[in-house]
Amino acid sequence: MHVIQSKLNEASDELALVRAAKQGDVSAFEQLVKRYDRNIFRIANHITQNREDAEDVVQEAFLKAFQNLEQFQGNSKFYTWLVRIAVNESLMKLRRRRSDRTVSLDQEVETEEDTMPREVADWAPNPEQLYRQGELNEILTKTINGLPPSFRTVFVLRDIEGLSTEETAEALDLSVPAVKSRLLRARLQLRERLNKYFRKPRPGDGRLKAGD
Amino acid sequence: MTCADFLKELTDYLDETIDAVTRAELEDHLIWCHNCYVICNTTKKTIEIYRGSQLYELPPSLRSRLESAIMSKCKSSSKKSKT
Repeated sequence: MHVIQSKLNEASDELALVRAAKQGDVSAFEQLVKRYDRNIFRIANHITQNREDAEDVVQEAFLKAFQNLEQFQGNSKFYTWLVRIAVNESLMKLRRRRSDRTVSLDQEVETEEDTMPREVADWAPNPEQLYRQGELNEILTKTINGLPPSFRTVFVLRDIEGLSTEETAEALDLSVPAVKSRLLRARLQLRERLNKYFRKPRPGDGRLKAGD
Repeated sequence: MTCADFLKELTDYLDETIDAVTRAELEDHLIWCHNCYVICNTTKKTIEIYRGSQLYELPPSLRSRLESAIMSKCKSSSKKSKT
């Protein structure tokens, strides 16, 4: 009950901030920036895989949101609308850096590793504790960066940022079934790629970890 | 239920957005299929590890620099639109 009430308060508070910002109250907009800049920075880093680009995206996304506040109708959450702007900015950066105009979220990417797992190995209990924080972050970053952008983006919004399936679909302009299908493949591909770091040591493995 | 059927429903199962009948069928499959049991657990763990990770945290000094830059751009853009 308490959680529901606090979510309701947060939503009505957000709407009040958006209304005030629409009427030119810059400090109300500043509160929205402070509320979401860490999330937008994370999302932009995950998509662009480049720190400078991510910094630009954060600035451009908030500026665009501010300049286009009139167009925000309030049919969705402000945050979902902001994420949509940030994802588009991030994809533009990614295309520019790769000089690749084919980076798109609309394509169904068929990869060799599809949904059927190739290796089924049980993991050590609390496998994340096998590594120091810095090493673990490196493993997680390298692994997620190996996914196609369209899978990576869905996983980041849905599983890391905690948007609902519907909000993810709205932010990415995809259908709900498309989000679900990409999410499944993203999750299974990550699991498969993490196997070599997290699986239970087999007899004869000694004490060596993957990558040693 | 085959393993392929199980995998198709895995996302909804992990997100707990599945009806009771399908859920019971999936759980029945998990009892006897060790591979799907492992895949289910390790996929769940994958999500938990990423969710609990601290990837791309915004450092406080960069954060305040970005916030100042954003707000100064917004202020000059609202001045321009008024003139």
